[in-house]
Amino acid sequence: MTIMHAIQGRHVRVAVKGDLDLKTAEPLRDALDKLVDRYRDKNLVLDLTEVEFVDSSGLGVILGRYRRLSSQGRQISLTGVKPSVRAVLELAGVDSIISIGGDPVRGQTATPK
Amino acid sequence: MNRVEMRFLSLADNVGLARIAAAALAGQANFSIHDIEEIKVAVSEAVSNAVIHGYENRPDGWVELTMELDESGMTILVEDWGVGIADVEKAREPAYSKDPDRMGLGFVFMESFMHGLEVESTLGQGTQVRMRRFVTLSVSRDAQ
Repeated sequence: MTIMHAIQGRHVRVAVKGDLDLKTAEPLRDALDKLVDRYRDKNLVLDLTEVEFVDSSGLGVILGRYRRLSSQGRQISLTGVKPSVRAVLELAGVDSIISIGGDPVRGQTATPK
Repeated sequence: MNRVEMRFLSLADNVGLARIAAAALAGQANFSIHDIEEIKVAVSEAVSNAVIHGYENRPDGWVELTMELDESGMTILVEDWGVGIADVEKAREPAYSKDPDRMGLGFVFMESFMHGLEVESTLGQGTQVRMRRFVTLSVSRDAQ
């Protein structure tokens, strides 16, 4: 797994590449927490364009960051979500609490402006 | 008809190995790509449970993955010889997890993505998770 980040206005955009599972959950959590702590006035955008697989271990990292950021009045959103990944997110109900890129129901986009 | 048996150490690295093997075997049958993605999630969850809960992240336990293809589908057995589960019914409930970053959704995903799930566990002896996925009308599912 590799991650790259860029600052875009009020957002830290983090592009993740690789599977999000038990092996990658901990390094991903550590990397995201460092960015969350470093850019305290920014929201987090996770770009999952190059993520082919997510299971509950990866999902736990995303939901854990959602909890952290929410408690600080900040937001996390997902973009570039593939259908197979979206199925896992929807089954867990993540789509009801986290904006997933281009979701028309929420009438907003996860792409930072 | 085909059968694969694998035995590997309880390492996080082997979670991906197990699901890729399951996907490769499922690819020999009439499963759709969508079906195979769901099988991969179920296998990933079962093997992750063996590593995290069965062996409590000890790297020296053995996990066995047995997969069988037949005319109607695929049966997957994931077995460990770890600490076992005290209350299987409770463990299968959503949000049953001691780790705040884990959602306790492993069994929920296995149940949702497979067509049958049986869990047998004995404290101090280990856990067996048996899952079944039928080949469905994959052509129509893919066309959706």
